[in-house]
Amino acid sequence: MKELVMPIGDESRKALTVGDEVLFTGTVYTARDQAHKRLCAMIRAGKPLPIDLKKSVIYYCGPTATPYGAAIGSCGPTTSARMDEFTPLLLEKGLRMMIGKGRRSGAVVDAIKKHKAVYCAAPAGCGALLAKKVVRARLVAFPDLGPEAIWQLDVSDFPMVVAADSRGKTIY
Amino acid sequence: MTKSVIFKKMDELVARSAFELRADVRVALEKAARASTDARAKNTFKLILENAAIARKDRLAICQDTGLPVVFVEVGKNAKVDAALISAIEDGIAAAYKKHSLRASTVDPLKRGSSFYSGGITHVEFDESVRGIRVSILPKGFGSENKSMLKMFNPTASISDIEDFVVEAVKKAGPESCPPFVIGIGIGGTSDHALLLAKKAFLSDISKTNADKQLATIEKSLFKKLNALNIGPMGYGGGTSVLAVKALKSPTHIAGLPVGVNISCHALRSASVVL
Repeated sequence: MKELVMPIGDESRKALTVGDEVLFTGTVYTARDQAHKRLCAMIRAGKPLPIDLKKSVIYYCGPTATPYGAAIGSCGPTTSARMDEFTPLLLEKGLRMMIGKGRRSGAVVDAIKKHKAVYCAAPAGCGALLAKKVVRARLVAFPDLGPEAIWQLDVSDFPMVVAADSRGKTIY
Repeated sequence: MTKSVIFKKMDELVARSAFELRADVRVALEKAARASTDARAKNTFKLILENAAIARKDRLAICQDTGLPVVFVEVGKNAKVDAALISAIEDGIAAAYKKHSLRASTVDPLKRGSSFYSGGITHVEFDESVRGIRVSILPKGFGSENKSMLKMFNPTASISDIEDFVVEAVKKAGPESCPPFVIGIGIGGTSDHALLLAKKAFLSDISKTNADKQLATIEKSLFKKLNALNIGPMGYGGGTSVLAVKALKSPTHIAGLPVGVNISCHALRSASVVL
């Protein structure tokens, strides 16, 4: 089991190899289908983004509503492939790590290799367990999207498996 | 039955399905965990089982995708059903989703926009063997639902053709649909009915052998073939790919043989209550 702590520089990404089990501590932005569509439309229109993509981590996740007294509700990963058409542009703009589940397109894997980024899989269908790894959650953009809004999450010892490493090797 | 009684029953039903992993599914997962020799697969099963325990204890959803609720209302002898009862069931489910902080995952298919809580999709059936009115909820997540398949075979197709199709469907589902899976198969009827049967198959106890001998043979054969794919937990390989295969059939037309395949993730959730 490897430990990965923010900030995730070039060296720490390079040290990750496909198949590695990793415990991650740092800050991620949740974003799924509609948030990706909006972010990419804003980039193409030259508008300022609500989040800083430089060296950022995006977690493909739409949590449940937050139960009273909890930091967040159940919050496991959603299918990454649906974000494939948007990912290369976000990588170009500074995104360096994605967390989700399942296979990626060839174009995404090529872009991961090009930008020396990394793609990790979180245990899918384990949203209750992952909620316990979230220390803080803050709504940062697109509140009208409800569960598809962008949240900033501080996570601690978040379990992941490296699914595509910076050399473009994939687990699936 | 008053609306408030139905709301209370739906509240219990929704909470049970979202927070408590079915006992038969848990047993199958424990068995798969013991059988796995690969270290990463073993650890993955540990996380899945730990998740189920946390969900039950802390009343957190097993999975954040609390699904589109698929609801089966089975009406027995002498039971009274009208539109108001169905509305109360649907409204009760939507209210329970909200109350238990589940996810509002329902949306207009074309406008999209803000999502909302809904009673989902209700199927009303009549069955003389049912006492009273049995309501079952199957919260269907879309990571697996998106991989549903239908094939209209020629009536001369063989059982092996059907099995090949199921294997293809499961390969396509792959790591995205949260393996290890439970596979639902519907054989016969019409196109829509075959897919409905595939989904309804998830309501049966996955530890039990099919009472229909021919279906039991197909289930067993597919269970072997699908686990040989080595998709493994989360698609990492190195362990069980499929927890169970469940099939249902219905008479069909002489000119056809519809086969529907529905995939369930490892968090197969459902609950039933008799009104």
